[in-house]
Amino acid sequence: MIDTLVHFFLDTDIGRVILTFIESLALIGVLLIAVAYMTYAERKVLAAMQLRKGPNVVGPFGLFQPFADAIKMVMKETVIPSGANRVLFIMAPMLTFVLAILAWAVVPVADGWAIADINVGVLYLFAISSLGVYGIIIAGWASNSKYPFLGAMRSAAQMVSYEVSMGFVLVTVMLCVGSLNLTAIVRAQSHIWFCIPLFPMFIIFFISTLAETNRSPFDIPEGESEIVAGFFVEYSSMSFGLFFLAEYANMILMSALTTILFLGGWLAPFGVEPFTWIPGVFWFVGKVALCLFVFLWVRATMPRYRYDQLMRLGWKVFLPFSLLWLVLTAGVLMAFGWLPNA
Amino acid sequence: MITTILFYLFATVLVASAATVVTARNPVHSVLFLILAFFNAAALFLIAGAEFLAMTLVIVYVGAVAVLFLFVVMMLDVDFIQLRSGFQRYTPVGALVGLVLFSELLTVIGGWKLAPQAGQLRFAPIDTKISNTEALGRLLYTDYVFLFQTAGLVLLVAMIGAIVLTLRDRKTSRHQNIRQQTERKVADTLEMVSMSLNAGTGEGDSGFYRPKPADLVAEEHGHDDHGHGHGDHGHGH
Repeated sequence: MIDTLVHFFLDTDIGRVILTFIESLALIGVLLIAVAYMTYAERKVLAAMQLRKGPNVVGPFGLFQPFADAIKMVMKETVIPSGANRVLFIMAPMLTFVLAILAWAVVPVADGWAIADINVGVLYLFAISSLGVYGIIIAGWASNSKYPFLGAMRSAAQMVSYEVSMGFVLVTVMLCVGSLNLTAIVRAQSHIWFCIPLFPMFIIFFISTLAETNRSPFDIPEGESEIVAGFFVEYSSMSFGLFFLAEYANMILMSALTTILFLGGWLAPFGVEPFTWIPGVFWFVGKVALCLFVFLWVRATMPRYRYDQLMRLGWKVFLPFSLLWLVLTAGVLMAFGWLPNA
Repeated sequence: MITTILFYLFATVLVASAATVVTARNPVHSVLFLILAFFNAAALFLIAGAEFLAMTLVIVYVGAVAVLFLFVVMMLDVDFIQLRSGFQRYTPVGALVGLVLFSELLTVIGGWKLAPQAGQLRFAPIDTKISNTEALGRLLYTDYVFLFQTAGLVLLVAMIGAIVLTLRDRKTSRHQNIRQQTERKVADTLEMVSMSLNAGTGEGDSGFYRPKPADLVAEEHGHDDHGHGHGDHGHGH
């Protein structure tokens, strides 16, 4: 009985499709819960940092607050502005959310626990994250209103700028690993996590992920004080909710990417007992949670960047520095014969 | 079997969206359909086993080039009625050009015969042990490295040319000195004013900050002002 089931799921076409479907559902379920509680965690952490209590009314410690928010969001009326391009207006939040979820297909949460362990995993993630800008541009344009359009323009410039230095960081990591496979990248860190030898790149990458996810201090596409709420001014109800959830899903994704590239993925620290007794997936989740905490911490600490400062940081500081560090890394690897697969 | 179904699905959507790019009335829709076409082409690459090319297509064309397209097209203020006004007048000329091109294509493709050896080359001699990222890397960076570098140099020259053509120092533009901005202290522009009769904020040195008189600020900062535009003594940094 078990044998036939295993044979059906692993060896037949239709079985593999069904298996992938089940795996994806399991991942999306966990991810949506994580997103819901990320909103809760953000409010609690910000509240603690500002000496407030945060949500504490719905359920014990306010733990049911995300569900209350979700129900409220769904019950509200969806308003579509009369001048808007209806199809694109509805499509933009869906696109943003789908892209935020789609990238998780290749993320290995533990050794061998990836739905699709593809050869070019890093490129896939880079491709998907570079598409995130479309949801925002389309939302800004389809709203047919000036603040969303300004927000969309800002966002497009910002995300395109920071992708360049992110690309160089990825190339540096790939040089050290000799593979584009995410599992291979984590395994290559079994001796030392890349955040130590590539520390400056780790910092650049983390700051770039802040810009890529439009999070504070780079949240100028939203910029409440100047352009109201940026690209989603005209959105209401669940169409707004999707943007909101996608932002958190993207944060979790970028934290997972940082974990995989620099913090050793599912590997236990130092690879020694008693750390290795804990299963890898818990280490992975713990490291992602740590990165997410820093996201929130930065938001509570930093004021928003001005637009020109943002552009200057991306093009005049990060780009030359990451390019220099890439050449330096390649030179060191070459000089000492440390190149993998050489 | 699933691969075949997927191939026909992606191929159909690709052709349909490519046709829509040309026929769509709204240029923004055209660009969006172009993006859809790129995506389906990437999917076809994937089915053919060229995963690196597929990802590069998405990153370069969809992630960068099409964003700029969309950016420009959205900023354009296109008057659709004016755009189509000359349609009837230009149709005969356009049709003529199209006809000439089409007949040329027909003669070229009609006279095209497969060489007898081509059948063996249809399956490219791929070493199945290495991934196609590595295979491409070997071709570009080992076998044809000088050609690759030359192509890079040509692109570099083109880039420098574009920058030289567009970069000019506009006399009206104001430049910011970031170091000067970040090193500015409160005491440089504000002064403490004491209040009498507990009218201030309370404990300690009660008082409030108020902007210093403009002439006083200019006196203190006159020396590091040469980064600014000509004849411009604005302190609005």
